[in-house]
Amino acid sequence: MFDLSGKTALVTGASGGIGAEIARGLHAAGASVGLSGTRQEPLEALAAELGERAHVLPCNLSDADAVEALPKQAAEAMGSVGILVNNAGITRDNLFMRMSDDEWAQVLEVNLTSAMRLSRGVLRGMMKARWGRIVNISSVVGSIGNPGQANYAAAKAGMAGMGKSLAYEVASRGITVNSVAPGFIETAMTSKLTDEQKAGLMVKIPAGRMGSAGEVAAAVVYLASPEAGYVTGATLHVNGGMAML
Amino acid sequence: MSDVADRVKKIVVEHLGVEEDKVTENASFIDDLGADSLDTVELVMAFEEEFGIEIPDDAAETIQTFGDAVKFIKEAS
Repeated sequence: MFDLSGKTALVTGASGGIGAEIARGLHAAGASVGLSGTRQEPLEALAAELGERAHVLPCNLSDADAVEALPKQAAEAMGSVGILVNNAGITRDNLFMRMSDDEWAQVLEVNLTSAMRLSRGVLRGMMKARWGRIVNISSVVGSIGNPGQANYAAAKAGMAGMGKSLAYEVASRGITVNSVAPGFIETAMTSKLTDEQKAGLMVKIPAGRMGSAGEVAAAVVYLASPEAGYVTGATLHVNGGMAML
Repeated sequence: MSDVADRVKKIVVEHLGVEEDKVTENASFIDDLGADSLDTVELVMAFEEEFGIEIPDDAAETIQTFGDAVKFIKEAS
């Protein structure tokens, strides 16, 4: 539907369920993809599955130097980075009153600060090319909160504020910055929920089911496409109607 | 007019789309040549590439006019 032939995309967290599906979606639309993540094995497996136009770029996003280096490595592998998908995220859930400084800082570092560093790192090339797409994978939790996830929700809400500010600055250069905010998506993380927990959730989701990673990926492919050139600073909610924002 | 000044002027004219005779020694990129703050960042990037030098952020902030740019680049290269 959307044609990304000749485009180059760097996807963080590509070893995870949603990240891998985003990479598949961009690749299927014709883009070259740089697959970043902490675990090399799933990245290699995904690259093998995709075949041509896939590059494995392992990176630990809690290592500031490694994060600084990643955009350059990606540009060397693919020739440029026209699309950046900040998808990587970690959770360190705890009740607010028990949350340690470490739990707070780790989540902010990986989920928000690394997205800032990577965005900064790819902007020079995008400015010169007068074309760029930054898509931040946020979460419904960033808008509506979630008990036990003050750190995660703060990072995800922070992404939206950061993205909108950046969107202002670079809009005149043909660069858009948007967020995709998934609700409950079927992944390894949510498969651990009990039937009872799932039933409780379904009551809150008008669509009556969890979303698929592919449905998140489709939103990313759209925002990365030339057709979405007039959409910037937006958040596209993919949550089955759970929060109509 | 030195070679450096010519090359800087060419970049400024191309990037900001201004007339060459407007790019004088004391012409301010923002006040006289219509640059916005992002344009100044891009100009610095273009100078770095043209002359193969590194212009740190604190130095970039001191480059306000065409003359500033020529002077800085001459000293740095």
